[in-house]
Amino acid sequence: MHIYANPTRFLSLAKWLMPFLFWSGLVLSVGALVWGLVAVPPDRLMGETVRILFIHVPAAWLGMGGWAGIAISSAMLLIWKHPLAAIAARAIAVPGMVFCAICLATGSIWGRPTWGTWWEWDGRLTSMLVLLFLYVGYIALTQASAREGGSAKIAAIFGLVGAVNVPIINRSVVWWNSLHQPPSITAGKSAIDATFLVPLLVAVVGFSLLFGAIVLMRMRALIAEQQVEARLRRRALDDDASAPGVPVMEQA
Amino acid sequence: MREQLNQWDFVMLAYAVSAIALGGLIVWAWRAMRRAETRRDAVRRR
Repeated sequence: MHIYANPTRFLSLAKWLMPFLFWSGLVLSVGALVWGLVAVPPDRLMGETVRILFIHVPAAWLGMGGWAGIAISSAMLLIWKHPLAAIAARAIAVPGMVFCAICLATGSIWGRPTWGTWWEWDGRLTSMLVLLFLYVGYIALTQASAREGGSAKIAAIFGLVGAVNVPIINRSVVWWNSLHQPPSITAGKSAIDATFLVPLLVAVVGFSLLFGAIVLMRMRALIAEQQVEARLRRRALDDDASAPGVPVMEQA
Repeated sequence: MREQLNQWDFVMLAYAVSAIALGGLIVWAWRAMRRAETRRDAVRRR
């Protein structure tokens, strides 16, 4: 991981990896969604609304996985002071927030015909909404910190503390009574029939690759912004040093 | 009285909302990256 502490080396990797992740992710995601819309039969209990799960489940996993990524990057910043860790955490935040919002929106749309309600204040839905608010707070904090020259460590601590919500989301359907169904896919086991499971897993892989491509786009943008700022600052210092006002001190 | 809902309306709404959100995110991330890298190259040349 420390090999990529050098931004130039990282950028040379990101330049070919980003289009590869993007196009493979787009093909798999669109393919899985078309598969889910056209080729999958309606579920015995959920009917046609089962097709919403091909978006909802990957979005939920990536919303939670995004915050796990922020927490890991934050730990790398605080422990090893990895120079790209703060950039990686900032880059994950916006796509993580959008996937979290997609999860909440599609869950709500699925809930109306299935549960008879758009929203229910139960453990799973509420903890996912809290995750969305955490993303919004994290983005505001990192932007304020970048604009005002604050320490990236404050956002890193926020990222680590906020990670406590991820296992709460995961276990919420086990710990509390919930309208939401219990976990269907656990380590090595699945309660979902292969007819639905295969396109679902393809959608998860496809959306994950797209997520990776978007994070790399954000990292390239943030690195370029930092390089511009560093160059302008260096130029301003050089201009100050060569300004006619400086020799006055020497004369004094 | 049992409410009659067309489930396909909800499926299409979910797909449309997701496509708009994800498409918007991709376009925004791509344009932000291009803008930042173009500015960096311009500052380097100056």
